[in-house]
Amino acid sequence: MAEKLLVNPIDCEGHGACAELLPEAITLDEWGYPVVDPRPLPPGLERNARAAVSACPTLALRLVRS
Amino acid sequence: MTAVTEDTKGAATELPRLLPLPGNKNAHDWYAHADRYGRLPYRDRQAILVRDVEAAGLTGRGGAAFPVHRKLEAVLEAADKRRRTPAVIANGAESEPASDKDATLLWLSPHLVLDGLQLAAEAVGADTAVLYTHVNREHDVGSRLQEALRARQAAGVDRIPVQLAQAPARFLSGQETALVNHLSGGAAIPTFTPPRITERGLRGVPTLVQNAETLAHLALIARRGPRWFRSVGTDAEPGSMLATIRRADGRPRISELPLGLPLQDLVGELEPDRAVLIGGYHGTWLTGAEARRLTLDNRSLAQVQARVGAGIVITLPPDRCGLVETARVVRYLALESAGQCGPCLNGLPRIAGALAEIAGGRARSGAVADVERWSGLVTGRGACHHPDGTASFVRSALRTFAVEVARHQRGRCSATDTRPFLPIPRDAARSEQDWI
Repeated sequence: MAEKLLVNPIDCEGHGACAELLPEAITLDEWGYPVVDPRPLPPGLERNARAAVSACPTLALRLVRS
Repeated sequence: MTAVTEDTKGAATELPRLLPLPGNKNAHDWYAHADRYGRLPYRDRQAILVRDVEAAGLTGRGGAAFPVHRKLEAVLEAADKRRRTPAVIANGAESEPASDKDATLLWLSPHLVLDGLQLAAEAVGADTAVLYTHVNREHDVGSRLQEALRARQAAGVDRIPVQLAQAPARFLSGQETALVNHLSGGAAIPTFTPPRITERGLRGVPTLVQNAETLAHLALIARRGPRWFRSVGTDAEPGSMLATIRRADGRPRISELPLGLPLQDLVGELEPDRAVLIGGYHGTWLTGAEARRLTLDNRSLAQVQARVGAGIVITLPPDRCGLVETARVVRYLALESAGQCGPCLNGLPRIAGALAEIAGGRARSGAVADVERWSGLVTGRGACHHPDGTASFVRSALRTFAVEVARHQRGRCSATDTRPFLPIPRDAARSEQDWI
């Protein structure tokens, strides 16, 4: 089952941990907030994606079924 | 304005449907209303009305044009699945400063909206009904609605009680998650979806939120049927809609128009270089040349990335500068951000600042490119559509006023009248109290 990343922009405070752990799918904008690739995660990235989700200090990042 | 449209069988169907007939000063009275429209056609079972609404092709008149029957179905399904009794909210908040159609409808024909609220509540099996309106309007809509509810109680027409609630005077307070949050005891600011409010809305129950005008149309579809509803409008976008029209004198006029009406009928003979704003402050600036070949429906307006929205059509007077007007409105929109999402909180003030610089003349060379880039950067990254709507409004201004942008870079401006034209409420939000 393909998954994609979903960020809750209200909870997100721009800590940037997600972009460090998953640069393939997440970059930071000029204010430090994540720009998330809206496409389904390519295979092989699930592990890092889960690490990014659990590293988020505000629990703003989620993996959802696409 | 009264428009007459021929339906498919050649019988003339006259507008207005929702607004009072010319000369009728008493339309807000319950008996005058019952005289014109007849009694409330309750179906005595939930979900029955949904098929009629689907056949009519009614879409939301609050701006998003979402099919009404799909929302009704979503609420019914969630109520069934979660075994919770739903709530229905009529949204008359109309936070868009350029729009006055819902306040006008509630003032002139409150019973039609209240009929629609009862019928929608029956259709989804709701036991709670709320009518949400905006404070600070010219007319005291609140006391007129209280009077209307008293008359209905005396006549015994309402099956479930209706609560009246007021929205704070903020641009985003009428956004549907914001109003649900407010009515559930929170601030009137948007929340993150999912969950959708059709699943978990007012105090956690499946909730149907419909614009006030949408409910008025629903009340008439219930009485007269889908075929009658479709006798004006286009096949893809049937029915009539209320519009707020502003021309050179700046005064709003509310008209009920058939969808598909040539824009030329609304804006008159326009010079090609004049500008028309369609859809309000999350809408789109068009040139007179574009407006002249388009019609008032989403299929036609999609050609220029515009939408009907909540029916705002504003012709910019020839003595004003569209760039200056846009910069002033975008500053207001930036201040109206709820400040919850990073891209909106950071991006909108920067866009507004750079636009003010461009409008002020002799901006630094990268200002236009910055506005374009930030507009792209904020789009799709908020919990609500405030950044998206603001960004597309800004981009349409840079397109439509490209000649004016170049003039401003040389330190000139084509305006001969510098008084503000587009309406903006006086006070911006300053503290959290402003949202409650």
